[in-house]
Amino acid sequence: MTDFLQLLIVGISQGCIYGLIALGFVLIYKATEMVNFAQGEMMVVGSFIAWTFVVGMGFNFWVGLSAAMVVMAVFGFLLDAAVVRRIIGQPQFSVVILTIGIGIILRAGSGMVWGNQPLTMPTPFPGNSEFFGAVVGNERLAIIGTTVLLIGGLVLFFRCSRWGVALMASSQNQLAALYSGIPVRFVFSAVWAGAAVISTIAGTMLAPITLIEPLNSFLGIKAFAAAVIGGFHSITGAIAGGVLIGVVEAFAGAYLPGARETIGYIIMFAVLIAWPGGLFGRAHRKKV
Amino acid sequence: MSREAVLSIKSIETFYGPVMAVRGVSLEVRAGEIVAILGGNGAGKTTILKTVSGALEPRKGSVTFEGRDITGRYPDSIARAGMGHVPEGRELFPLLSVRENLEMGAFSRRDRGEISASMDLVYSYFPDLKPKTKVQAAYLSGGQQQMLAIGRSLMMKPRLMLLDEPSLGLSPLLVSEIFDILDRLNKEQGTAILLVEQNAHMALKVASCGCVMEAGRVVFEGDREKLLGSADIREFYLGRKSEGARGKRRWKQRKTWR
Repeated sequence: MTDFLQLLIVGISQGCIYGLIALGFVLIYKATEMVNFAQGEMMVVGSFIAWTFVVGMGFNFWVGLSAAMVVMAVFGFLLDAAVVRRIIGQPQFSVVILTIGIGIILRAGSGMVWGNQPLTMPTPFPGNSEFFGAVVGNERLAIIGTTVLLIGGLVLFFRCSRWGVALMASSQNQLAALYSGIPVRFVFSAVWAGAAVISTIAGTMLAPITLIEPLNSFLGIKAFAAAVIGGFHSITGAIAGGVLIGVVEAFAGAYLPGARETIGYIIMFAVLIAWPGGLFGRAHRKKV
Repeated sequence: MSREAVLSIKSIETFYGPVMAVRGVSLEVRAGEIVAILGGNGAGKTTILKTVSGALEPRKGSVTFEGRDITGRYPDSIARAGMGHVPEGRELFPLLSVRENLEMGAFSRRDRGEISASMDLVYSYFPDLKPKTKVQAAYLSGGQQQMLAIGRSLMMKPRLMLLDEPSLGLSPLLVSEIFDILDRLNKEQGTAILLVEQNAHMALKVASCGCVMEAGRVVFEGDREKLLGSADIREFYLGRKSEGARGKRRWKQRKTWR
């Protein structure tokens, strides 16, 4: 029982990380109909930058994380404004290749700047907590807490803020948004900035547990699977898909050691066979 | 006729790839006026509106809005300058509520009090929308969607509204209701309107002048009386046959204007 609880909590926290990266996929896809395959790499670069501020320059963890978020927001915004936007109107295939290319550049670039050796990051949440006999690292709990806060903030943003509604409007009908005077190009670049910031938070919260290295970007592929499971449409879907993969992976790691790395994709295929639109897919199709 | 032009289009040419859809059209809309563009399918009417509102860029010619050259500017900045475009087929935000759709129309405005005054105004013109405030736009009927599209555009307090086939797919009763409202809007708010219509009968009820397009060119223009008096328009757009035993031959002779 304690094993079960422990695996469950660890799985949920790992799943939150997948979910947060998946959220980046979903936000960009919903707004711009592009799949950003560089999402995992953005997470790695974000955590490297946070490492530079925290370990390299000796800032407090939170100051370093905030600074990294600002840097990555600017980076994400400019990436869209200067590079990605130019490909609008080209076939989907070009978009896929472009973002994969950006991912490779980011991965190789971060290897050149920060090296390919894993770097350690101190945690602001040392120690462990005990629940009914299950012992879980506080940094794991912090990930879950951060995710909950972040999701709450995002839901409020989409419900209540002018810009949040404008973002949904732009994603539902771009032309009408333009005719309504919404600066759609700015909104889309801001979405890229937001996705970069969210993955920076995910990467930096995870950094004390897994260390930071360019190879971490492969988490992005699992997050992609999570987004697909969630239906690629909603915040809830992304997080639910991520948590599902995280939990199953944690249990597979304990009881089916060989299957740990593949089980996430197996679930993705199983979900796609049973529910082609994903678990949280929408019946309301977009008119093209 | 001394009123100044809100919009003036000077010999624009617009292409879809290699296809020339508008072949040198000039038009003027003066303050507080309703101008109708009539013509069959593929005549280039919608293309003109899209060129004016910035969704398409003309290869030649210029568009001037309230004395400022807006040729080639982005549609969102043209909208913020005070031009509302109600596109063909309504183009709402399907998953947003009626209220949110209207709020998005006022995106560029800041004053909350004025925005809610505008919202009351929209509800007073379209009382049908009032009970649907919280309903998603996708679940409205066709007529209500058209009303919402016009209402959303009103929310930005435009000095000029471009309306693309507001009668499309609506019952005759609703069409005349919509045109009544357009007429009231024009008289009460002083909004100038550039109207594209296939329903010439309705359009000429409200418009003070207009033009007929064919194959990308303006082939006939004038004020309402001139348009209504023209035998060609009566035949082809208003559906009134001219009398006479040789009506059929006449129809053939007048098939083209050029």
